[in-house]
Amino acid sequence: MAKSTQQEAMEKAVKGNSLGRDAMRRLAANKAAIASIAVLGLVVLMVIVGPWLTPNNYYSQDYDAIWQAPTLAHGHIFGTDSVGRDLFVRTMVGGRISLMVGIVTAFVSLLIGVAYGATAGFIGGRIDGFMMRTVDILYALPFMFLVILMVVFFGQSLFLMFLAIGAVSWLDMARIVRGQTLTIKQQPYVEAARMAGASGTAIIVRHIVPNLLGLIVVYVTLTIPQVILFESFLSFLGLGVQEPMTSWGALINDGVGEMGRAPWLLVIPSIFLAVTLFCFNFIGDGLRDALDPNDR
Amino acid sequence: MLLDVQNLKIDFETHAGRVDAVHDLSFSIDRGEAVGIVGESGSGKSQSVLALMGLLAGNARVSGSAKLASAQAGEPSIELVGAKPRVLRRVRGARIAMIFQDPMTALNPHLKISTQMIELLRTHRGMGRREAMKAAIEMMEAVRIPEAARRIKYYPHQFSGGMRQRVMIAMALSCEPELLIADEPTTALDVTVQDEILDVIAELRERTNTALLLITHDLGVVAGQCSRALVMRAGDLVEHGSIDKVFNAPEAEYTRDLLAAIPRLEG
Repeated sequence: MAKSTQQEAMEKAVKGNSLGRDAMRRLAANKAAIASIAVLGLVVLMVIVGPWLTPNNYYSQDYDAIWQAPTLAHGHIFGTDSVGRDLFVRTMVGGRISLMVGIVTAFVSLLIGVAYGATAGFIGGRIDGFMMRTVDILYALPFMFLVILMVVFFGQSLFLMFLAIGAVSWLDMARIVRGQTLTIKQQPYVEAARMAGASGTAIIVRHIVPNLLGLIVVYVTLTIPQVILFESFLSFLGLGVQEPMTSWGALINDGVGEMGRAPWLLVIPSIFLAVTLFCFNFIGDGLRDALDPNDR
Repeated sequence: MLLDVQNLKIDFETHAGRVDAVHDLSFSIDRGEAVGIVGESGSGKSQSVLALMGLLAGNARVSGSAKLASAQAGEPSIELVGAKPRVLRRVRGARIAMIFQDPMTALNPHLKISTQMIELLRTHRGMGRREAMKAAIEMMEAVRIPEAARRIKYYPHQFSGGMRQRVMIAMALSCEPELLIADEPTTALDVTVQDEILDVIAELRERTNTALLLITHDLGVVAGQCSRALVMRAGDLVEHGSIDKVFNAPEAEYTRDLLAAIPRLEG
């Protein structure tokens, strides 16, 4: 009998062995994070499906309903703007752009930043010096100038915007990751792993990156809002998405100008942006806790 | 002879000039033998073993020779001083394993014990996941951790200090190394736990015929575990002989001082 339970425990141990599965279980216990995932899922679903559910589209104008407050009567449930475009569709279409920019560029900055920072920190010495000075030089380039140049040379496109934002946002990540790697590298368990014959790659993948996860996750959740806001800034300058295409940032910018006459133009896109950013923050917080086995 | 160290010399290039850590250290260990290195902190005992493993800081210079006998008879022995990283990686963990002083920090806090042990077994012994898990649990039982099959899924912080040191021993011995280097294995532990840990090491060594290089400043531990002892002071080997000789008829003044200063457990 005792042997069979032991056998069972062993089977279980073989199966549930990954950090991921364990973290998932802990995340599921975090109510704020689960609620945020649900809400964010709803927002994403709305943004994807929403435009197909209404007869309006984001660019055509309804001259009978200019500055229409939110109402069910005309089919403009979020109201219309100064040229009679339906705010509901525009918010959904803008959300696609904003979320895409946020997630894609945060992901790009994550991949490049972590790989670069962890490598520099782990190797150390002259290579570290060279890699980090390269980052310093990239930092020193005036970013707006760079983006304007890129737009002039390559023409305006969404892809270019991803590239431009991604090119900058990984720099911070690389610096933070490198600093943390230097600390982790000194830990006795890294020494112990070396002593046990682990290769450099194995140490980065098995020991350094898992210990960086909490930090990385928090930083990514900070990067996503930052990037979404950055996109709206670029759009405002005429370097990002262009009318009639829109994004949450662009909608809010427009809304600010007409705050007195048509407050819904500001309030509704702001609610969407704020709720999304809140969700990312709560999810990030939950993930950080879930990924840290010491914290229970 | 398993390990033969001849004229090992270590110095460090620092901003303040050259620091000699170890001058001219020679000793050897046979298979299954237990040798103690005794000395106060700073005497170069830890640096000597780190040099054998090729794990000294980048500014260290090592000369001399440290030959590890080949795994199979008839093959040439392996020179550890100045060996390529690839060669050393195959020796570390697999043929020479090490236990560290502080068990609280020598395990990765983000990985379960099972993950860390399985990784080791898969790297060095080419086991499959399932097979490695089985071997890991057996090893945990061998170091007398109760309910090993359940506890192997714990994270390091869920173990006490003594239990963690057992885990370290289980990990170190899981690949059946020929030489176990224990660097102050019991210094961070309670006296009662110390004894249990030393017992576990002794028992497993007997079973697998593993040689032991025990580094400590505690003469009592050496007396209990080793057949030969080396006494180091400020990078020099001042005394070298059987336990009986070192304890009862020490040649060096320093050894006599050590014996007088430290309360003896036996002898």
